[in-house]
Amino acid sequence: MKHFTFAFVLFMLGVSILGCAAPVSQPTAAPSVCTLRLATTTSTYDSGLLDAILPDFEKKFNCHVDVVAVGTGQALEIGSKGDADVVLVHARAGEDKFVKDGFAQERFDVMYNDFVLVGPKEDPAQVKRAQSAQQAFKLIADSGAPFASRGDKSGTNSKELSIWASAGITPTKGMKWYNALGQGMGETLLASNEGKFYALTDRGTWLSMTAKLPNLEIVFGGNTIDENPDKHLHNPYGVMAVNPDKFSGINAAMAKNFVQWILSPATQERIGAYGKDKFGQALFYANAAK
Amino acid sequence: MDDITRGLAQALELILSGDAALFEIVLLSLQVTGAALALAMLAGIPLGAALGLGRMRAQGLVTIFLYTGMGLPPVVVGLFVYLMLSRSGPFGSLAWLFTPSAMIVAQVIIAFPVVAGLTMTAVQAVDPQLRLQARALGATRIQEMWTVLQEARIGVVAATVAAFGAIISEVGAVMLVGGNIEGKTRVLTTAIVLNTRTGDFALALALGMILLTLTFLINGAMLQLQRVRDG
Repeated sequence: MKHFTFAFVLFMLGVSILGCAAPVSQPTAAPSVCTLRLATTTSTYDSGLLDAILPDFEKKFNCHVDVVAVGTGQALEIGSKGDADVVLVHARAGEDKFVKDGFAQERFDVMYNDFVLVGPKEDPAQVKRAQSAQQAFKLIADSGAPFASRGDKSGTNSKELSIWASAGITPTKGMKWYNALGQGMGETLLASNEGKFYALTDRGTWLSMTAKLPNLEIVFGGNTIDENPDKHLHNPYGVMAVNPDKFSGINAAMAKNFVQWILSPATQERIGAYGKDKFGQALFYANAAK
Repeated sequence: MDDITRGLAQALELILSGDAALFEIVLLSLQVTGAALALAMLAGIPLGAALGLGRMRAQGLVTIFLYTGMGLPPVVVGLFVYLMLSRSGPFGSLAWLFTPSAMIVAQVIIAFPVVAGLTMTAVQAVDPQLRLQARALGATRIQEMWTVLQEARIGVVAATVAAFGAIISEVGAVMLVGGNIEGKTRVLTTAIVLNTRTGDFALALALGMILLTLTFLINGAMLQLQRVRDG
């Protein structure tokens, strides 16, 4: 069995060499290989949009895009620490603050989709008769039907909280029907499907996951974005290049290219077309200012 | 149940088809965890042995720190490493954040207390007579430590196995400092989280089964090492 000791030592040596060689060589190799780090929300990545449009950018500028897909709150935090070159998020208040605090020079409209309220097919709170999101939320609160909140400071979470505020309701953990999950959109929808909760979701994530959510349906927001009766549910995405003056090491030139590229007519057209073949409707509407 | 059977089938299919993306993810998992484990062993075994032999000052305090370290939540380790490696942090100029290097750093911090703490316990359990004998035969301190470590081999391997299990299955820290970037920092555990998040349960489960199989094989190999003397 002596040879086994030998084999094990060899194995450990092997993995450590493999393990050390690859990553350690990376920082030195980094300057020669162009990478752009994009901090974005899970919805743009998980919906498949970025996989569909990014190859064009990478080819055009010969620059690889590293996508870090997290909640909007975390994406903005990553940007404000200088750990990303460009951010693509959806939380208008947070974005404006990001610019005001000097972490980016300017914010640009890229696209929007919309939020919808989903809930159990039986619709215990009879939300379907609501005329506005505000009214729908009130109906849920009044009936005490369980509601699942992302509870994670994401763009969707902050939208949800603003609707509660407009309805004059302050959700607290003392309310039995209100469940702040502290999880991503996918997890929240899956939990809602199991527990028959109402939940606010962006339409893109909903469409891409409907097949896995047999107990849920849209109870407010219409079947397409054009049918959404409440314009307050529009969900704008903004792009910002991180201010290179604040930190060293930001790939500012490429970040600028990225912003110009995503706002360009060709990319905007591609964004608007994404999802039509797969879902029968667009997941995002491009709205960059001309 | 449907997802479970589909997961099994998909796991087999992925392995048999030699999926390139899967291979990349598995390789990176092994590289990161292997490097972290090697570094943790390099530092942890000597420290654990020294502690076990009672050679350190402030023994009690160091021990408490080690035991506390064993209970560190990976996310907290990840957050700490994130802030250290962030461009706005003290080691930002290394540009390690969102690279495998950052993941290795985090995993070393998680594995080190486990290796050192359990090695210490194993060394403490060795018959003190052996040390006296070794010293009587004129062994140097290093030789004495080596003799005791060999005697405590089973415990040291157990320490390594425990540390390996803790970091190969860990997700909180690598997700935070690695960023789960496709083709760069995506490992088995973060891929599982991604697929769970998007509701692809079968694929997530398939990756879980692959992770489990991998761990099984590696643990099997390490167990063989424990038996070396007896075999």
